[in-house]
Amino acid sequence: MTPRRAALIAALTTVVACLAWLLFIGLPRWYGAPAKSTAAAVKPGASAAPVRKITAHLFYVADDGVRLVSTDRDVPFGEGTVQQAKEIIGAQIAPPAAPLLSAIPAGTTLRALFITAKGDAYVDLSHEITGGHSGGTVNELLTVYTIVNALTANLPAVSGVQLLVDGKEVDTLAGHVDLRRPLARNLSWVQ
Amino acid sequence: MNARSLSLFSATIAVGVFVLTRSLASQAPPSSQTLTLLARDGRHPIPISAVNDQEFVALDDLGAAFQLAVREEAGAITVTYKGKTIVVTPDQALASVSGRLVSLPAPPVHAGRRWLVPVEFISRALAPIYDVRLDLRKASHLLIVGDLRVPRLTAKYEAVGSGARLTIDAAPRATSTVQQEGERLTIKFDADALDAPNPLLPPQPAPAIVQAVRVAEPSTVTVDLGPRFAAFRASTQPVDAAMRLVIDFVAPQTTTEAPGAPSAPATATAPPELPPAFAQPISAIRTVAIDAGHGGDDEGVKGAGGTKEKDLTLTVARQLKAAIESRLGIRVLLTRDDDRAVGLDDRTALANNNKADLFISLHANASLRPSVTGAMIFSAGFPPDAEQQARAALAPEPLPTFGGGLRDIELVPWDMAQFRHLEQSVAFATILEQQMHDKVPLGSRPTDQAPLRILESANMPAVLIEMGFLTNPEQEKALAGSGFQNAFTQAVFESVIKFRDHLGMVASR
Repeated sequence: MTPRRAALIAALTTVVACLAWLLFIGLPRWYGAPAKSTAAAVKPGASAAPVRKITAHLFYVADDGVRLVSTDRDVPFGEGTVQQAKEIIGAQIAPPAAPLLSAIPAGTTLRALFITAKGDAYVDLSHEITGGHSGGTVNELLTVYTIVNALTANLPAVSGVQLLVDGKEVDTLAGHVDLRRPLARNLSWVQ
Repeated sequence: MNARSLSLFSATIAVGVFVLTRSLASQAPPSSQTLTLLARDGRHPIPISAVNDQEFVALDDLGAAFQLAVREEAGAITVTYKGKTIVVTPDQALASVSGRLVSLPAPPVHAGRRWLVPVEFISRALAPIYDVRLDLRKASHLLIVGDLRVPRLTAKYEAVGSGARLTIDAAPRATSTVQQEGERLTIKFDADALDAPNPLLPPQPAPAIVQAVRVAEPSTVTVDLGPRFAAFRASTQPVDAAMRLVIDFVAPQTTTEAPGAPSAPATATAPPELPPAFAQPISAIRTVAIDAGHGGDDEGVKGAGGTKEKDLTLTVARQLKAAIESRLGIRVLLTRDDDRAVGLDDRTALANNNKADLFISLHANASLRPSVTGAMIFSAGFPPDAEQQARAALAPEPLPTFGGGLRDIELVPWDMAQFRHLEQSVAFATILEQQMHDKVPLGSRPTDQAPLRILESANMPAVLIEMGFLTNPEQEKALAGSGFQNAFTQAVFESVIKFRDHLGMVASR
């Protein structure tokens, strides 16, 4: 094999490798299409969710202990308001990395979420949100407004939030904040 | 008159006679006392014999009253009721009740041809085997048969400043209504009869606000008013197993001079013995409701040192009650006076039903940051559209009246009752902040508004005070100590005075 022929083969191999990378890795990454199925690529919205992200304002306990502080975090993209609300609450109630401190008791999970035509979101949380709560008016206000603000500050379609616990309406979480009706966004509890 | 009416009439007469008998009995010598058996169908006196300071009743009399078979055999007396037996022996202070031994205060006594047993035989031996409930009230010589409501009344009368206070405890709890009929108050208890001495209180020396308190009908107490009576205010509150009725009597105000009028002699001014607080015009605050947060199974916040919010709030609530009542003469209601769970609605209901003029809910705070300290004062917070909702909800509604026609009735939605008092609640919170400023540590945001469940239903100015953070170890120690509690009590006490003055100024505008 002459050196010229060897160089030609090497160049062709490189071009084929580049084309293969472009076809199977580069383009799907740029366009967010799934790598495995060309059929799925026809419906980009349905399968794009796992990898697309939005930036959301999430809320954690401020250093002064009596307010919340807003932090921008990447949250998975959700198709539609309800799905996006679930993603936001999922990210909000997940234990944060230090030094962030969450007002949501550890172990709390999202059971269900639905939004009325009026714009009231009903967030059904597991019983850990009451059982694991340490009480006190301030603590309870921060817990409640963490959830309320997480939805109302990020989703314009949500105007009010009512918390449910284990599928049921509750008067309060720990004896203080009235949860019998949807609460509107309240940024006076945010620094 | 049908049979039911006749029965009701005869029962009423019978119970009336019972009250009369008790009235007479209280004046009769002990030897002629009777045990009054009170049942749905009337009353039946059972003679009591006193032997060695012990009261006895004849088994024959009990047998006739309760359909008992009494027979004496083999040195023992056997009492039988529907196949169940009680056996007593003459020399033993014991009874065998269906094979189970119970003690008696004395052995049976043979009197002529009759056997006498201690009256306790009824409650200890007969009651366990009898079909119907037997309630022996030994002190009042009363035996209640069946589920009659016969509350025991205990009364106390005391002077409070220039006025007076009558307190009547009804146990078991019985509600009552108080009405003024001329120079007499009538207190009607929701009961079948009353277990009370007659008169309920000894006559008061003249000139008095209250002259006499008597049991007048089966379930009615009358209060004869004296010349110094001007007005009264009644309230009820559950206290342990009793329902407490408190009637505050107000004496007439001393007339104040008009500006420019000739000086009156010194003797025409307020009596010198009256404490200063009562020499002033009647306060705009007559009743304060103090709510000790949490209680019972709901401990609230628990500090690392073991201090429980429910205990702290109760201690401070009691201290505040004592200070305000004794030094200001303002009546104070506690939403709980012991360690028990009370629903949030029940707490505000107590304040609303008793027409309290101020509501103070006491709590202790918690933060996830242990460094946080300081007291916080909350008033209620309503959503921005609440004003519109409240206006619509609070609009008077014409409702039909008994005599025909319509009358505007103002219906207040329970969870919006606080709305129209919000301005005064915020004013009181501000006064509290000012008075607490140099007495107790305040938080970084001392006053705030929030949608707090306990405040929203209060139909009077209302605040919730978080006294400090139990999650801060140093503050936990301070909160549990008398130094903080005294300073806090003083600050709230002075705030109540300032708020009273503030209301007076608002009213005079």
